[in-house]
Amino acid sequence: MATAQTEITVTPEIAAEHGITPEEYARIQQILGRVPNITELGIFTVMWSEHCSYKSSKVHLKRLPTRGKLVVQGPGENAGVVDIGDRLVAAFKIESHNHPSYVEPFQGATTGVGGILRDIFTMGARPIAVLDSLRFGEITASATTSEEDAANNRRILDGVVRGVGSYGNCFGVPTIGGEVAFEPCYAQNPLVNALALGIARKEEIFLAKAKGIGNPVIYVGAKTGRDGIHGASLLASAEFTEESQQKRPNVQVGDPFMEKLLLEACLEAMKTGAVVAIQDMGAAGLTCSTCEMASRGGTGIEIDLAKVPQRETGMSPYEIMLSESQERMLLVAEKGREHEVLAVFKKWGLDATVVGGVTDGGLLVVKDHGRMAAQIPAHPLAEEGPVYNRPIAEPAPRKETEKDWYTFVAEGANLTANFQKLLAAPTIASKRWVTEQYDSMVRTNTLAGPGTSDAAVVRIKETKRALALATDGNGRWCQLNPKVGAMHAVAEAARNVATSGARPIAATNCLNFGSPEKPEVMWQFSQAIDGVGEACVALGTPITGGNVSFYNETLGKSIYPTPVIGILGILEDAAKVLKVGFKHAVDVILLLDGATLPTGAQQAAPLHQAREFSSSEYAKTIGGIVAGEPPAIDLHAEKRLIDAMLALAEAGTVRSAHDLSDGGLAVALAESCFASDGLGASVELSGDATAEFALFGERGARVIVSVAAEQVAAVLGTARQYGLGALQIGKVTDDNSLRIQYKGVAVISAPVPTLMDPWAHSLERNLKIQ
Amino acid sequence: MKFGVVVFPGSNCDHDAFHAIGHVLQKPVEFIWHQSEDLHHCDAIILPGGFSYGDYLRTGAIARFSPVMKSVERFAGCGGLVLGICNGFQILLEAGLLPGAMMRNSGLRFICKHVHIRVENTNSPFTCAAQQGQILTIPIAHSDGNYTCDEATLKALEKNQQILFRYTTAGGKDDAAGNPNGSVVNIAGICNRARNVAGLMPHPERAVEQMLDSKDGLVVFRSMIEALVGAAKATA
Repeated sequence: MATAQTEITVTPEIAAEHGITPEEYARIQQILGRVPNITELGIFTVMWSEHCSYKSSKVHLKRLPTRGKLVVQGPGENAGVVDIGDRLVAAFKIESHNHPSYVEPFQGATTGVGGILRDIFTMGARPIAVLDSLRFGEITASATTSEEDAANNRRILDGVVRGVGSYGNCFGVPTIGGEVAFEPCYAQNPLVNALALGIARKEEIFLAKAKGIGNPVIYVGAKTGRDGIHGASLLASAEFTEESQQKRPNVQVGDPFMEKLLLEACLEAMKTGAVVAIQDMGAAGLTCSTCEMASRGGTGIEIDLAKVPQRETGMSPYEIMLSESQERMLLVAEKGREHEVLAVFKKWGLDATVVGGVTDGGLLVVKDHGRMAAQIPAHPLAEEGPVYNRPIAEPAPRKETEKDWYTFVAEGANLTANFQKLLAAPTIASKRWVTEQYDSMVRTNTLAGPGTSDAAVVRIKETKRALALATDGNGRWCQLNPKVGAMHAVAEAARNVATSGARPIAATNCLNFGSPEKPEVMWQFSQAIDGVGEACVALGTPITGGNVSFYNETLGKSIYPTPVIGILGILEDAAKVLKVGFKHAVDVILLLDGATLPTGAQQAAPLHQAREFSSSEYAKTIGGIVAGEPPAIDLHAEKRLIDAMLALAEAGTVRSAHDLSDGGLAVALAESCFASDGLGASVELSGDATAEFALFGERGARVIVSVAAEQVAAVLGTARQYGLGALQIGKVTDDNSLRIQYKGVAVISAPVPTLMDPWAHSLERNLKIQ
Repeated sequence: MKFGVVVFPGSNCDHDAFHAIGHVLQKPVEFIWHQSEDLHHCDAIILPGGFSYGDYLRTGAIARFSPVMKSVERFAGCGGLVLGICNGFQILLEAGLLPGAMMRNSGLRFICKHVHIRVENTNSPFTCAAQQGQILTIPIAHSDGNYTCDEATLKALEKNQQILFRYTTAGGKDDAAGNPNGSVVNIAGICNRARNVAGLMPHPERAVEQMLDSKDGLVVFRSMIEALVGAAKATA
């Protein structure tokens, strides 16, 4: 799309070039009662883009549970808000920045972090933590990935990690957790989902509602330039083609220093009491912030673009309205008190200018040096965009037979070599190389930083409490079964939070999918929504906000459907946070299992086991197999386990806790050794399943805890009380080795350092960085 | 006794230093805005960590021109205690209050982790409460902590016992394995010749409570408090 000028007369062809359908164009003319000018067409295009309007997802999102007794603000504002006690609230939300991060990894990631941070402090909350959920293509060459592609994936990973770090580190918010996973499907379409958490006093939460006719509208922050024009509509709302690299100029550029000043200035300005409403200029910039604030306030807004601080000369109204220059805010001040607000921004050395005012009549009026540039009813523009109930088609069932599934090795075989290979798989290996590039400690609240507990935990200094956060999402499982996979994402995030000792209270979701114009993708989406909804109801974690990212496909190939769930929990006593690492030799290791069948006594047929096991990380890494079905999920079992973990954390009867996830029991045991101070473990298992299934199977609702001998009875009592299976499987040892026997045969036996080396250094080695 | 924590645009460890002194050690402390030339009668000044002026141009290069730095220079010239942490250390180097310069970390990446540093010298107001040779576990978080200086300066630093902290391994060896950023002779912190101005890259304010995994940073602030109490007694 070339630089547009106001003189251009809009035709149906030009509308079509903007991606506006004939029906949408007719609706625009109906709303305006005339043909739009080019600026108005641009404004409609971005507001009605998939990214801003949720036109394909709206009908499905309604099925998500959004209410709960702790929810102060559900979806629809800049972030969700929940009550965390002590008259404090937490604002949190997760958002994607996938396409920009492929086109320009460093800047794409920085602006993803910057955007979500602004969403939080726009609410009046000071950001206290960031988590990142990242997905990349494979970083080593294999049958599915050429060396050239692997090198490209490594370049993207490096750029994204530098970008995330550079923004959060400078801004001064700790990046405390998240996950990184690798699958071939993300090669041309990495996922960069950033979650931010902030806290505020309950009565000091700000909303984005333009109220008070005659109140001035103030523009603050960075100057507007030509960057990011159509970022939301072109980059985020269309699939990639071979020309996508040419969209680099559509990627915004981040300046964390400017955002840090904006944060401090906004929070200080809010304290004056003269701020009525505030919204950040993110996707669709000035357009979105003006019409949404007016629409929510039931008012209109009039601005004059001549007053907008501009970085370059000769920008057209179209360009100014559509620019996605970063680090900008729009706020409404109380008439007569605007000087108080302006003084705060001046103190911080930021541009702040009155650009217009709140009007009655509900119109968004944009003038350019007094000349009318656009005039659109704000509410229909913001809220009455097109809504599509797109066709849904379940794909033909996969015709799999036994031959497509993993073949278990013969009983009694030594699995140590396979185990080492599994520990080096990038998805399982230590992410230390990534997380050490993030400042995880600034603000001195981090009680459990990356890799130390199943969830990231930050204390709230003024109180006894702490907040725990975890993000999860298994794309492979969602590809095989979107509903069950999505339920697992919720269950795992909630389990991770509970395993840190915190009670899960609310959720945020980032739904990454392919093109909504494909009926199979819409089927995946609809199924995933059902799964997320059902699991959130069962686990008591309402969805408070989030974001939908469609069109994650390149050259017609979709990513795995990847709903990423972030769950927030409260720890009543910050001193009781549970961590992964074993603490003392001779402590008893217990396997807690929410399922009613005691672990090891799997009665299911061997074929069923092969089918389930084929969806595991082990089957992918060792057998090169991605097939079958994700493990069946039992939400009651998950809930029992969560409740029991909270009771155990509260009673202080366990010394460490780690949930079973990618790589199953064996990986969980190894990680608890790695996170200890030179301890090992000796474990004996038995059962009807094959050794590989017992050691590496990934069924949910399971946690290993280490317990002092004198507390074992108490822990068993708690397990009984909550209806949990609890099996004493072994002991923590001081000989720094990990031994696992299955049915009396040693299947894994190695010194911990031998196992730890591939796990600890896999990323650096694969990235060829010494 | 009163501490002052300077707030530059882009400082982000200012609240952490304030918390360590005001809440953990229960000593009077206040913020000093960078445009102020008034140090509010503080007895010790802390230049905190962060990214003053976004680290644009060079770390600390713009902050040294802030109005407050004129007062800090005068204060230091009169023997006042000045501690620069991380970005604060970089500012002190740029301001010429400490010798040497910072380069990018040898690995060319930001590093955030706990490291071990050894107290090289207890004859300073920043280390007087520590034991000679004591190994402290304190986090670092920086991109530009690779301290360097010319040979004559290094000789002078060693001769005058201005090296206060060196990076070591957990076992206390100051070799390459213990050096996280390539810093010359593993230097983690130094003081000036008059011993009243110090800079260190590790963040003692992040290691002041056991729930944050280490309390080893307290010794730096306790040393300053002891020194100030001693100075007050001497003049009383």
